Amino acid sequence: MKDLHVQDSLNRRSFLKISMLATGALLVGVGCKDPQQVNELESDTWIPNLYVRIDTDGTVTIVSKNPEAGQGVKTAFPMVVAECLEVDWKTVKVEQAPLDDRYGRQVIGGSRGTPDGWDDLRIAGTAARYLLVAAAAQNWNVSPSECEAREGTVIHAGSGKAARYESLLAVAATMPVPDVADLKLKSRPSEFKLLGTFVPGVDNRKITTGQPLFGCDVRLDGMLYAVFEKCPTFGGKVRAANVEEVRNLPGVTHAFVVEGTDSQSGLAPGVAVVAETWWQAQSAREKLRVEWDTHHSDSSVAYEQEAEALAAEAGETLRADGDVEAAFDTSDKVIEASYYYPFVSHANLEPQNCTAVYHESGRLELWAPSQNPKGGRQLIADTLGISEKNIHVNLERIGGGFGRRLRNDFMVEAAWIAREIRRPVQLQWTREDDMRHDFYRPAAWHHFKAGIDNAGKMVAFDHHFVTFGSGGEPVSGADLSPGHYPAGLVPNFRLRQSVIETHVPTGPWRSPGHSAYCWAYQSFFDEVAIAGGRDQLEFRLDLLSKSYGDPPLDLKRTGDALRIAAEKAGWGSRKLDANRGMGLAFHYDHGGFVSHVAEVVADGANVKVEKVWSGIDVGPVLNLSGARNQVEGAVIDALSTAQLEITFADGAAEQSNFHDYGLLRISQAPDIECHFIQSDNSPSGLGEPPFAAATPAIANAIFAATGTRIRTLPFRRSGIYV
Amino acid sequence: MSAITLTINGQDHTIDVPQDMPLLWALRDILDLTGTKYGCGIGTCGTCTVLVDGSPVRSCVRAAARFEGREITTIEGLDPSGNHPVQRAWDEVDVPQCGYCQGGQILTASALLDENPYPTDADIDAAMSGVLCRCGTYHRIRKAIKRAAEYAADPGGDT
Repeated sequence: MKDLHVQDSLNRRSFLKISMLATGALLVGVGCKDPQQVNELESDTWIPNLYVRIDTDGTVTIVSKNPEAGQGVKTAFPMVVAECLEVDWKTVKVEQAPLDDRYGRQVIGGSRGTPDGWDDLRIAGTAARYLLVAAAAQNWNVSPSECEAREGTVIHAGSGKAARYESLLAVAATMPVPDVADLKLKSRPSEFKLLGTFVPGVDNRKITTGQPLFGCDVRLDGMLYAVFEKCPTFGGKVRAANVEEVRNLPGVTHAFVVEGTDSQSGLAPGVAVVAETWWQAQSAREKLRVEWDTHHSDSSVAYEQEAEALAAEAGETLRADGDVEAAFDTSDKVIEASYYYPFVSHANLEPQNCTAVYHESGRLELWAPSQNPKGGRQLIADTLGISEKNIHVNLERIGGGFGRRLRNDFMVEAAWIAREIRRPVQLQWTREDDMRHDFYRPAAWHHFKAGIDNAGKMVAFDHHFVTFGSGGEPVSGADLSPGHYPAGLVPNFRLRQSVIETHVPTGPWRSPGHSAYCWAYQSFFDEVAIAGGRDQLEFRLDLLSKSYGDPPLDLKRTGDALRIAAEKAGWGSRKLDANRGMGLAFHYDHGGFVSHVAEVVADGANVKVEKVWSGIDVGPVLNLSGARNQVEGAVIDALSTAQLEITFADGAAEQSNFHDYGLLRISQAPDIECHFIQSDNSPSGLGEPPFAAATPAIANAIFAATGTRIRTLPFRRSGIYV
Repeated sequence: MSAITLTINGQDHTIDVPQDMPLLWALRDILDLTGTKYGCGIGTCGTCTVLVDGSPVRSCVRAAARFEGREITTIEGLDPSGNHPVQRAWDEVDVPQCGYCQGGQILTASALLDENPYPTDADIDAAMSGVLCRCGTYHRIRKAIKRAAEYAADPGGDT
C-alpha cells in the first residue's frame, strides 16, 4: 500500500512531536513512522493515534477531523473508525478536532471528505485494534492471529479467554505500531457491521436541547460583538466615515475604518463597529455614514444585453470534433434551444461569523465555522503578517456550507478586528451582509443546436456557452470543461465560449458548474429525445452506451443508477392522468452516479412536485441516515434554487433577505425515495452528486405535465409556479 | 437602558437592556442562551422562534421589554434532558442536517402538538411553513412530528 501521508513529510522529519489535542492537553512524544500514530499512555488514557483515545473506564473517544456543516461527516467518519476498531457505537464519544496539519486535508468541499479520509480512518481504527490484539496475545502468550476483536473485547477462541479493551491499555502502549502495509482493512459492504446502518447524528442531543455548538454560540469572558459594513458595490473602498460620532453611541466601544486589500476573497475594505452587545453594534451601524469610492456599476440588465449581442457572434471554439455544420446539413432534423440560469446565493442559514482573540504574546486564536480553515489561517497569516504557527483555529459546527465557507473573508475580518481592539470579539454578519456579499454561483446562457438522424440519434451537437469572466477567462464556478458530455459521444461536436466581464464575486456553489448546467443539458436532451420520437430513458441509455472522458465513465454504474430510479418510479409502466407528468435525468460528478425521476401534478401554471425517486451509486454507504439526508436535502435544494435568483443593479446585489430570496418551505417539499446501489467500489462523497440531476428531472416532469418547456430559470420566468 | 424582568424557562431574570433590543439578542448576548438562533432579523425564517405562553413567536423582531410577565420557553427549556416527545422523535428520525434551524422547528412542532395531537400532513405543512430549513429536512420533519404524536399519546411507548 502506498504511503498515505505524503503531505506530512515535513512533520515526519522532526523526531520530537509536540501536539495539541482537541482537549488542550499537551503531549510530548517520540515520533514514529506515521505522524498520525502516537501510541502513548497519558495517565488514564491510551492514545494509539490522532483519532482514537480509550480511557481505563472504557470510554472510547473518536476524533472527527473535518468540519461539520450538515453533511454528516462528524457521525460517518467516527463510524468508519469504530467499525475497524471493533467497538460498540454506544460506547463512543465523538470529539471535533481543531485545525491540525497532522490530519492532512481538513476541508469540506468537492465531496472529497469521504474518498480522502477513507484510508486514514480505516488505518486509525485497524491499527489501534491490532495493538490491542497484540497486547492480549502477549498477556496470554498466544499468537495474535489466534485472537479476534469484537465489541471492545479481544477473544482467544482456543482457550475461551476474553479481555476488555480497557484492561489492555498499558500493555498496548508498549506494542510496536504496526506497519500500514501489514494492516488488513475492511473495504466491502459485506464486511461491515456498523457501516451502512442508520445512525442518528452525534450532535443531535445538543441540537435538540439548544446547547452551544455553532460558531455564533461561542461566548468568551469579556467578549465584544462586531459588525462590519462593506460597500454595497463590490470592491468599493472607504473614502470617509463618521466613526467618531458612531463611537459615542450607546454600548459602542470601537468604530474604525479598515482599509482592506484589493483581493475579492481577501480582507474587504469597510468600517468595523464594536459594542457590548451585537444589537448595540448593529444599531450604531445604522447611524454610520460612509462615503464610498466605487469603480463599476455592473447590472443584470446590461449583462442580458451583452449576452444577446454575444449570442449572435461565433465565440471562441474550445473543442471541435468532425464537422458540425456539414452534419447539420445532412441531419434528418435539427433542434435548437437556448437556456438561461441566473446568479444564485448560498444563503446558509447561519450568517457568516467568526470569533477571535489576539493575545499579547502575538498568538491569535479563532473559532471559525469554515469549510476550509487552513485556507483561512493562511489568508490571515498573509494579511495580518502573523506566522501560521501562531494562529490556532477551533472548528465549530457550521450552520450550512454549500461552498460559501470555502472562502474565509469573515475569518480575516474577525482576526483584523480582534488585533485592532485587543479584546475577544465575535463578528456576526447580518442576513443582508450575507446575501449582498456572497460568492455567487454565476449565471450563464447555453445555446444548443443538435442534429439527429432518422433513428433519432444525435449526429451533431453545437453549443455556444455565454459565461462570465475577468480578463477574458471564466471566473470561479463559470467554466465548462471541453470534455464535458456529449463531447466524445456525438461524432460532430463543437463547443464555443463567449465571456462577459464581471466584477461580481463568484465561487463554488454545491457541485460547482454541474449544479447549474446539468439542468440545461438534461432538459435539452429531453427535447432532442422527444423530437426523435424516443423514450427519454432509452435515449439516455443509448447515448451513454459508449464511454467518454478521463477516466472513462463507468457505463455499468451509469446504467444501473438510471434503471433503478426509473424502475422504482414506474417509468413507462404506470399510467398517469393528463395533468401529471414524469421527468428523468442522470448526472455523474464528484465520483457519484445519480439518476432522479420526478413526478409532478399541474393545475394550469401551478405545479406541485409530489415525489422524487433517486438511484445513487457512491459505492458503500457509510451512514444510511446521513446518506439519505444528503440526497433528500439535495433534491429540496434543487427545487428551492430553481425558484430563486440574485440580480444586480449599480454594481450591487438587489436581493437582501428571505423576503425577496424565498427559500422553499415545507408545504412545497416533495416526498423523496432513495435507492442506493451498494457497489464494492471505494466510497465517494454525497454532498454534491445528488444535486445536479434533480433540477432537470423536475423541469422535464413539468414539461410532461404542462407542455411548458422551462428554458429560463427561475421557474416563474418560464411562467411556472411551484 | 432599562431594567426588565423576563420569565424564561421558569426562571425570572432581571436584566438591563436597550429599550428596543429584540428578545433574541437579550437571550443571546445578555443571558448567554444561545440556543435561539439569528437567521434573518425580519421575522421571515423562523429560526429565532421561542414559545411565549405556549405559542410560537419570532424573537428577532419584538423588543424584549414587551415580554415582561409572559412565560418564555426557549429550546434550552423545552426539556433539558432531551426527553420531550418531539426531541426524542427528532433524534431518532435524525432530522437535523446542519441543525441551525432545528430549535425553531422543534418549538414550533411542540406547540402544534399541544394544539393538535394528531396532525395530518396538511396540518403539519400549515403549522411548520413559517420555519425555513436550508438543508431541506422537511419530509423528515413531517415524519418526526408524527412519531412525536405517538410518543405523546403513549409516553412510555417506544418504537
